[in-house]
Amino acid sequence: MAEILKRAKPLAVNPLKASQPVGASLAFLGLKNAIPMLHGSQGCTAFGKVFFVRHFREPIPLQTTAMDQVSTVMNADDNVIEGLKVICEKNSPDIIGLPTTGLSETQGTDIKRLVRDFREQFPQFAKIAVVPVNTPDFTGCLESGYALAVEALIDVLIPESRTAGRRKKQVNVLASSMLTPGDTEAIKEWIEAFGLRPVMVPDVGDSLDGHLVDQETTPLTLGGTPRSEIESMGESAATLVVGRSLNKAADLLRARTHVPDYRFDHLLGLDACDAFTLALAEISGQPVPERVDRQRAQLQDAMVDTHFMTGFYRVALAADPDLLVALGQFLTGVGAQIVAAVAPAKAEVLASMPCAEVRIGDLEDMENMARAGKVQLVISNSHAAQAAERLGVPLLRAGFPQYDWVGGYARTWVGYRGARQALFDLANLFLGHHHDAQPYRSLFWADGPRQHEIAGASPGALVPPAGPGLVGH
Amino acid sequence: MKASEVAALLDEPACAHNKKEKSGCAKTKPGATAGGCSFDGAQIALLPIADVAHIVHGPIACAGSSWDNRGTRSSGPTLYRIGMTTDLTEQDVIMGRGEKRLFHAIKQAIDDYSPKAVFIYNTCVPALTGDDIDAVCKAAAERWGVPVVPVDSAGFYGTKNLGNRIAGEAMFKHVIGTREPEPVSAATQAKLGAGVKSHDVNLIGEYNIAGEFWYLAPLFDELGLRILCTLSGDTRFHEVQTMHRAEVSMVVCAKALLNVARKLQDNFGVPFFEGSFYGITDTSQAFRDFARLIGDPDLTARTEALIAREEAKIKAALEPWRERLQGKRVLLYTGGVKSWSVVSALQDLGMNVVATGTNKSTEEDKERIREIMGDDVKMITDGSPKALLGVYKEYQADILIAGGRNLYTALKARIPFLDINQEREFGYAGYDGMLELVRQLALTLESPVWNKVRAPAPWAVQKAVGQPLVA
Repeated sequence: MAEILKRAKPLAVNPLKASQPVGASLAFLGLKNAIPMLHGSQGCTAFGKVFFVRHFREPIPLQTTAMDQVSTVMNADDNVIEGLKVICEKNSPDIIGLPTTGLSETQGTDIKRLVRDFREQFPQFAKIAVVPVNTPDFTGCLESGYALAVEALIDVLIPESRTAGRRKKQVNVLASSMLTPGDTEAIKEWIEAFGLRPVMVPDVGDSLDGHLVDQETTPLTLGGTPRSEIESMGESAATLVVGRSLNKAADLLRARTHVPDYRFDHLLGLDACDAFTLALAEISGQPVPERVDRQRAQLQDAMVDTHFMTGFYRVALAADPDLLVALGQFLTGVGAQIVAAVAPAKAEVLASMPCAEVRIGDLEDMENMARAGKVQLVISNSHAAQAAERLGVPLLRAGFPQYDWVGGYARTWVGYRGARQALFDLANLFLGHHHDAQPYRSLFWADGPRQHEIAGASPGALVPPAGPGLVGH
Repeated sequence: MKASEVAALLDEPACAHNKKEKSGCAKTKPGATAGGCSFDGAQIALLPIADVAHIVHGPIACAGSSWDNRGTRSSGPTLYRIGMTTDLTEQDVIMGRGEKRLFHAIKQAIDDYSPKAVFIYNTCVPALTGDDIDAVCKAAAERWGVPVVPVDSAGFYGTKNLGNRIAGEAMFKHVIGTREPEPVSAATQAKLGAGVKSHDVNLIGEYNIAGEFWYLAPLFDELGLRILCTLSGDTRFHEVQTMHRAEVSMVVCAKALLNVARKLQDNFGVPFFEGSFYGITDTSQAFRDFARLIGDPDLTARTEALIAREEAKIKAALEPWRERLQGKRVLLYTGGVKSWSVVSALQDLGMNVVATGTNKSTEEDKERIREIMGDDVKMITDGSPKALLGVYKEYQADILIAGGRNLYTALKARIPFLDINQEREFGYAGYDGMLELVRQLALTLESPVWNKVRAPAPWAVQKAVGQPLVA
């Protein structure tokens, strides 16, 4: 049980946190023919858009209710209604996500009523689902905003039903924001290996995996979970929930549909993978396929091979709670030590972090804790690159955003193969920054031919360390 | 900020757009709006000031998605790259603790990072709850003895462009004119050469993207032009303080900070001109304009000599590239004034600009575009991806040159692209920047990937043609 240390300073320096509206947008971007519209100033959307464009290297559909000075002071209800109308008319999406922002929440919007008003005024758009969700940026973080959006989605699209198990081979997957497009693909293959058919919600792997299509432009998402699939979730045989942040959403889904669920904090590392595999075997009633067994054996082999590098490896972590705990348990599971663990916001799952304390804070906190703990590796998003450079250690990129690294969004962390690759990468980072003992030059060498081997090195002393870029091996 | 103050900022007499209906300043349409807010604009304009602690006062969305994301470079301090925000919580908002948090946040920044000054960017939520950031900044500056500058730039005030002006206004109100520049030392004078008289100049709206201004900086030194301040690429707080002592200001490429130039002229008699460092023609013109406005015959002579030398050098270096790029057809979509300067750079290379964005242009702008590019040029007002691609095909363009926003419009449509906006990785300014520009143009135009990604999969061809697979 880790102790959670509250934020202790007035100024956040090098923020780790991304906002709830951004997280909610991400969830909606994992749905097919969808577009999120943030209820706020146009900047809320512009920043969010750039954030995702740079991370995924994809065009990102994201709109705004464009609150200006007058509507901010007087009333921005019309902005919401008009914005919905404009999007319905222009793009006729299947789903419009409608997250609020700090601005509209401070103003005091009643977003659900506005959707009802919209329905009354424009019955011709009744077929287009609109999912309002309260996501002020003065609480939570990307992960919680995402989870709220998933919950709202279930609330709007999934009716009360008693049809659980009608589709015997269909399983629902509620996927946390920690999962990359690479992860969601791997999870679907994993499930399909048992003869099951996954309905993944949201499915960023289908929409944001980066694939060229014949269509040259589209104002909506390029893929993702279709609305019809979401509406059929009540008929599934089981629900798999990945990420504790989705607990409330999962509770709602179960209450509505009575579909039994299996919950996992994450799918990183051998234990987590085994639990997931076992659940799939149970749901499907099938034996574990040979190739899954083989992948498991490959992971075990990699664990043995790399334990020399991962053992006692001093790692600093900074990420949203689900991912932080996933990485923490995975790393300590192969003998590494967590010298710093920082999350941007509180969450229940943080108590499960396998280290003494978790700091609610920013990348400056991570940097200070890492330095004090003589860190050897930082795992965090691209913003931590500066800190890692100052600490003189490598950075393994995980989480949002990854703007200085191509393909970070596509990386697969989950599953036996994902874990194996992660171990290889961790081991290689260790080897690449491995420092031998500093050479010592004997006092007596001053008298002989070895005297002039190295300019400036005095006898009876350690050789000065190599300068930057000249790391001695 | 009051509505009347916003209106006053929108009224910029030196701006050619001022008389016309301004699309850039028009009311935004919910559900169909692109582009940043005033906070975005203010931050872009000032963030490159390298030795300042830039604190974003608000909840996380404003700083969280935007810190350390510009391509601007510093030759010294890197404080500007440290992201700082008060990261307001729900309790702060409800209990009205924002001001208090801000005050202590300023202290923390000063204690930990010893900035030369602290800039406070006000954002939507505290603007709405009514935090008096002017008062907090004043109290903090008195208490800790470091200049603390309020930049009241809530996003709902308006567009990015307005934010630029708010930033300029804040500099004019709180920073410019608060310090005198040092005299040029004898040692520096000796390096310049005994007969060379130095002149002080400002650059306004130059951001040193990807370090591109460093292609030009040595030429300024050579001519004896001391850059008192660049607003705001690779600049320092103390340099902004001295801008009022320049002999001339150059407004680089954009009208964004025109209000600063105009006010320097009105209040301190510093004349200004608008110019650009993109392309050989425009770069040379900029140096000539400095010489013309300064009116030192010796400088004029040395400027002409420098231009002749640099132009000869770069033209020789570009010759092999010209053959490869000549005649290529360009669709340019930048909006605004930047177009001309890029057009001049492309024409220097023998390329044809077949269409250009005129979304933010006035009638005079359009007249000038016709002058430069001929009557055949297509003027585009609809910048939607679909419309751009339509024009691209109709005019048989070979490349789209636009801002980063359209990067994936081009790539998803499998067409060559060059980014000319803030986020880009390469500098194109000045004579030497042209070499990087041609390299990047050729790199994308001649890339072997285009044919491979345009061709359908072999089996798709078989299917389409209806031929049975060969056994």
